[in-house]
Amino acid sequence: MNDVIACEDVLLFVNAAITSTGQREFRSTAGEQRLSLDFLHRYIMGNYREVYSAALALEINDHNAALIARNLLADGATEREGRLIARRLRTMAPQRVYALFTELRRAGVNNRRTRAVIGEWLGERPDLAFDAVKYRRALKEAVRHAHLRLPGELGDFLFAPRRRARLDAPLLDAWRRAHHETRAVYELPYTVAEGFAARHRIPRERFLAAIAPRMTRLERLRSGSAPDLAAMPLVRLASYALALPHEERVSRRAELHAALRASAVRAAGGRAGSWGRVTAVLDDSFSSYGSGHKRRRPLAVALGCHYLLRELAGQYRAMWLSHRGDPLLVRPAGATPLGERLLDALETRPDLLVVVSDGWDNAPPGLAAEVLRVWRERIDPSAGVVHLNPVYDAGGFDVRRLSPETPTAGIRDAESLPALVELARFATGRAGYASLLGYLGERTAER
Amino acid sequence: MIDLTGLRARPAQCWGAIRLVPLVRSEPITDLRLHPHVYDREITAVALPDKTVYTSYIPHAMVASWTDDGTAAAAYGTQLGELIDRMDLHLTRRMVRRAEPGRVRFLPLHLAMEGFLALHFGGPPIAWREWSRQAVRDGLSPREEAAYSGAEVRGLDDALRVFEIHEGQCGLVVYAGDVLAGATVVPHPDDYRALHPSLVRDMYGELIYHSAMHSYPVPDFTARLGSPSTVAGLRAAVARAHTEWDGFHASVMAAGLLEGAHAFRRVRRLGRFTLSRFLPSFERRRDNHIGEVVTDHRGAVAYLKTFRLSEAQTRRGHLLTRLEAHDWHLETAAREMDTDAAGLALRIERAGLGHLLRQDVLDGYRKAKAGQAPSRG
Repeated sequence: MNDVIACEDVLLFVNAAITSTGQREFRSTAGEQRLSLDFLHRYIMGNYREVYSAALALEINDHNAALIARNLLADGATEREGRLIARRLRTMAPQRVYALFTELRRAGVNNRRTRAVIGEWLGERPDLAFDAVKYRRALKEAVRHAHLRLPGELGDFLFAPRRRARLDAPLLDAWRRAHHETRAVYELPYTVAEGFAARHRIPRERFLAAIAPRMTRLERLRSGSAPDLAAMPLVRLASYALALPHEERVSRRAELHAALRASAVRAAGGRAGSWGRVTAVLDDSFSSYGSGHKRRRPLAVALGCHYLLRELAGQYRAMWLSHRGDPLLVRPAGATPLGERLLDALETRPDLLVVVSDGWDNAPPGLAAEVLRVWRERIDPSAGVVHLNPVYDAGGFDVRRLSPETPTAGIRDAESLPALVELARFATGRAGYASLLGYLGERTAER
Repeated sequence: MIDLTGLRARPAQCWGAIRLVPLVRSEPITDLRLHPHVYDREITAVALPDKTVYTSYIPHAMVASWTDDGTAAAAYGTQLGELIDRMDLHLTRRMVRRAEPGRVRFLPLHLAMEGFLALHFGGPPIAWREWSRQAVRDGLSPREEAAYSGAEVRGLDDALRVFEIHEGQCGLVVYAGDVLAGATVVPHPDDYRALHPSLVRDMYGELIYHSAMHSYPVPDFTARLGSPSTVAGLRAAVARAHTEWDGFHASVMAAGLLEGAHAFRRVRRLGRFTLSRFLPSFERRRDNHIGEVVTDHRGAVAYLKTFRLSEAQTRRGHLLTRLEAHDWHLETAAREMDTDAAGLALRIERAGLGHLLRQDVLDGYRKAKAGQAPSRG
């Protein structure tokens, strides 16, 4: 019995850590999400410390990884935990790591392990001079917090910028010159240059045109220029496609479709075509709009999964809740009649039925659970059903489930779908806690 | 009887104490539509023919137009004018007057609520000596009734925000703590989509405000399928679950509104559509709804908007019906109600309608009643 509870606790935490980003969702505010998530972190850290740190090795999102690192370091992390944290920080975006260091400083967490983690991460940065310009304040605070000594002119650059008349590193010198020279602004990273541009009263259009080569990929995407579709991961690509107006989606259909397919093929890799007959039920109800923070995120996840499953399956069928026709033209609208659509999907007798939905079955409520129950009890006990949920339900401390018998897993990136389908089998309590720990152990050991 | 032929209730969506039941039309009505300018902008000034300007923003006044060929703009309802708590009845009468051919204006609902009783009971037709000059001259106006904006009803804004509109949805029934708060029906799904966000600015009665405030979260009515052993059986069970819900909603949940005895008063007729206002039976401890309804030539509802009355409002309505039935003659009305003129007059005063009676007459009754009553030590 304890095993079942432990298994559930761990899985609900993993689900939460994959889906929740502390941002507003369709049915809960950012505050509710954070409060709920914070409780969950404390609860798991107190009761399943080993699992809590092992989660760092899973595909949880950066928001939760940073939270775990912060909580562990504040609570005296062990050497193993220190290693797990260091490994995770290497894969995180630098601005998130600097935010974590700033948060550690604000919280007054300054033990030996924390200083070691900061020192190690900064030691591995490829170009600390770049960081010193782009994340000047955060780096300065991190260095001060960890009692580090920076090599060469970097220390002077951060702490005594007026001491040297000129700096040897070109980027550092560009920053110095940008204070009085308009041309030097364009040698700086976009976010830094923006401040100098305002100071020099450079017209916005001229500034954007000249700074374009200095922008990161996402900055370029946000600034509205045509992105490099081939390099984008599935869900981001789906989000990009869904954000386009209907006419543009129609006119650029071939291009978008090809890009999504290519991305899916890349993600499927060697598993392509190996899953047999697969049917997907994809949620395009109004709630898949997400929120102002996460615009159309649930719908984009569904669209990404659609393209990936197409590649993974030998024989594939997709069923949207209300949309018919070209999946690229899907839009979030209508109610969630999951029950009826599940019945349609089960009737195709697939080897695997994948449901991508936020789990708010409301037309009528509870019909999906009933259909699944009757199907399993009376018609075909062997039907394999997996529910993937992109939305964390703050009130329930988990992603919403369709029925107790159906395995449910949180999903953030479509690419992790195969791993999640594997993880989801623990969710029905049929695989034990020991095997779950074994699975987590494998995941922490690999890489 | 309110005839909701052609509309089916789809499963309710609950959020806290609020239960929202969508009504779906299989065939939308196309020759009665929302006026195009409603889609463009919300705030418009309305100049009445005699230069009385009614500027502003009225939550629920609807401007209706009608066309027979369906090509021209078929307007139906807008949000115009300003929230004016108190409004002269003469002005409200003008508001429904034909402004231009093929167009009807509705009352704003909050005015409707004050004015409905008054519109129905135009005041004493015979100037019996008891009634004040104001009552004889102006009817019942002005009088204010308490109402709450939907934004003040706890949880309603969130419930409407997360509500998922069904395909073909033409109406919504709002329940707060499972008390029927109000029903909205429009002829076409597009109109509904345009008006859905405005429901939060609708007016709801005191009763609704309190039941939303004090009720626990209402439970979902979840579907039960039994245990059929074939796919066809399962499909039949799913279909049955839908029909059962529709039947349950019409016969139990909304029964007070749909089956209650209403007194209809026809306001205007345009082609095959008739605009009416209705009053409830004013029985105590029952659902009492006032509302506006547009019906087609067969009596099926094309447009509906209702407001739930509180107990106090019901009591006032009841008194007014009785008085009206006896041509506003106090003695005969009192006799029928098993009391005397003085008793009835004091009841009228207690119900908040004292201003209708002449002050000296009322004082006289009060004195007579005080002398009559046994002295209490």
